[in-house]
Amino acid sequence: MSAIALGLDRTVLELKMYSREKEAVFFSFLFPILLLALFSVIFGSQFGGDGNGMTAGGYFLPGMLSAGVLLTSFQTMAMSVTAERDDGTLKRLRATPMPPVAYFLGKVGLVAISSTAQVALLLLVARLLFGVSLPSTADRWAVFALVFALGVFGGTVLGIAYSSMATARTVGAVVIGPMLVLQFISGVYIAFDDVPQWLQQVASVFPLKWIAQGMRSVFYPSDLASAEMAGAWETGRTALVLFAWAAGGLVLCVLTFKWFQRGTT
Amino acid sequence: MADAITIRGLTKAYAGHPAVDGLDLDIHTGECFALLGPNGAGKTTTVEIAEGFRPRDSGEVSILGTDPQGAGLEWRNRVGIVLQSTGGLDLLTPREALASTAKAYSDPRDVADVLASVGLDDKADTRIVGLSGGQRRRLDVALGIVGRPELLFLDEPTTGFDPQARRDFWQLIRALSAEGTTILLTTHYLDEAENLADRVGVIAAGRLLAVDTPEALGGRSAEEATVSWEEGGIRRSLTTATPTAEVARLAARMPGGEVPALTVTRPSLEDTYLAMIAPHVGHGADESRDTHDTHDLTDPTEVPA
Repeated sequence: MSAIALGLDRTVLELKMYSREKEAVFFSFLFPILLLALFSVIFGSQFGGDGNGMTAGGYFLPGMLSAGVLLTSFQTMAMSVTAERDDGTLKRLRATPMPPVAYFLGKVGLVAISSTAQVALLLLVARLLFGVSLPSTADRWAVFALVFALGVFGGTVLGIAYSSMATARTVGAVVIGPMLVLQFISGVYIAFDDVPQWLQQVASVFPLKWIAQGMRSVFYPSDLASAEMAGAWETGRTALVLFAWAAGGLVLCVLTFKWFQRGTT
Repeated sequence: MADAITIRGLTKAYAGHPAVDGLDLDIHTGECFALLGPNGAGKTTTVEIAEGFRPRDSGEVSILGTDPQGAGLEWRNRVGIVLQSTGGLDLLTPREALASTAKAYSDPRDVADVLASVGLDDKADTRIVGLSGGQRRRLDVALGIVGRPELLFLDEPTTGFDPQARRDFWQLIRALSAEGTTILLTTHYLDEAENLADRVGVIAAGRLLAVDTPEALGGRSAEEATVSWEEGGIRRSLTTATPTAEVARLAARMPGGEVPALTVTRPSLEDTYLAMIAPHVGHGADESRDTHDTHDLTDPTEVPA
C-alpha cells in the first residue's frame, strides 16, 4: 500500500482510539464548548445592556475557538505522542515497513477532522443556543479558514516536536501548565487589553495570541479593532507569524523526532 | 543457503564501558536459536543491534544479507519483531490492530488465520485493554508474524505466563519454526530453550561463551551421571560413567531386586548454564540491569576497574 493509503488507514485508527478515550473527548474536544456555555451563563448579565449588541457568547467565542485549536492540535499531539513513545507504540511501528510519513499523516488527519468537527460544533452551539451572530462576508470566512488552518497545522507539528521534551510521567505538568499560562496572557480567557503591556509583548512571541486576534477579527464588529495592541486587526502580520511558527514547527518536528527513549526495551 | 544472521567482532560500549565485546554469532536459516545469558550480559544490546534499533561501535552484522544499521523498509518487510507488550493499543481490538499492521507488509498473512493460530479468535473483537497477560503476549506475537517474516525476533516471550499458557505458546512457536521461519529467541527459562531451540548460545560479559544443541551444551551429554537411592534410612549417591551397570549392581544387592527411591540424573541444562556463567556473574548480581542505561553500568563483572 502507498504511504498515502497507509496514512488514511492510520487516520481511521487514530480517530477510533481518540473517540474511545473518554477523557480526551471531554477535556479536549468538548471543553471549549462547555466553557463557552459556562461563561455565557456566568457573565450573561454583564452584556447586552451596552447597546453594541454583543452577548457574552459572542464575546467569548473567538477565545474558545482559539482554545479549541490549541487543545485539539498542540495538546492532543504533545500528550499522545509522548505516551506512544513511552509505552513502545512508536517502536512497534518502527519495527514494521510502514513509511514514517504515514504515521504523521495519521496524526494530521486526526487533528484536521477532530478540530474541524469541534469548530463546527462550537459555531453551531454559539449560533443556536446563545444567539451569536456569525459573519456574513466571504472575506471574513476566508480569514477564519486561514487562521484556523495555520493554527491547527502549526499546533500539530509543534505538539509533536514538544513531545520530545516530555516523558509520560511529566507530560501532564509540562504540557498543561505552560498552556494554561499562555491562554491567560494571550487573550483567550481574559480580554487581551486587560493584560499588562509587557505580558502582551511576551504573548506576542507565541502563536496563540495571533490565533485569538485573528479569530476576534473574524467575529467581532470592525470598530473593536481599536482595542487591539496595534489598534488594527493586522491580518497580514497574523498570517505571517502563524505561517512562520508552522514552518518552524515542521522543521523542528522533523529534526527532533525520536521513535523511542534511549534505554527502553 | 546463507545464514540468516552473521555477526563478527561486534562491539558496543556505553560511556566507555563495553556491553558487547567482540561477539561472533551465526544463526542458520530456518533454525530456532535461543540466546541465553544473565542480565547485563549484552543480550539485549546484541538483539537490538540486530533489529536495527541501535547503532554499533564496530564489527560486521548481516541480517538476511543486509546491514540492519540504516536498513530500509524492504528489509523491515522481511523481519518480524515481537516487542514487550505495550498499552498503546488498549483502545483497539486485536482484529483492528492486526489489520492495520498487516497493511504495511507486501505479503501479509490473513488476519483471521493469524488470530486463530494464536488462539485469539474468540477475543478478536474485544478491546485489547480487557485481555489477560497471556492473551496480550499472544497478540504481540500475532503482530510480529502477520507480515509473514523470514526472521522472527522473540524477546522473553513467556515471562509471567502460567504453565499451561507457556505450553500453548511453545506449540505456536514450534508451528512457526516448522513453516521455516528463522527464530532468534532470548529467554531466562532454560526449559524454554531446551524445548524450542535447535541450538542455544550462552552470552556473558559481552561475548559468546558457547554454542551447541541444548543436549550437548558444555559437553553435558558426555558427563557422568549421578545415581542415588536410599539404603538403611539414609540417602546415598555416586557418580558414574556407567549408570546402567551401576543400577544393575544395586538391584542385585537389594532384597526383592527393587532399589528404594532410585534416581539417575545428568547435569540439567540449567546446571550446565549456571556453571558456565558463574565466573562472569559477580556476587549478588541483581536483576535490575538489562537496559544498559549508562548510569547503570557499574557492575564489576562487566566493567573492569
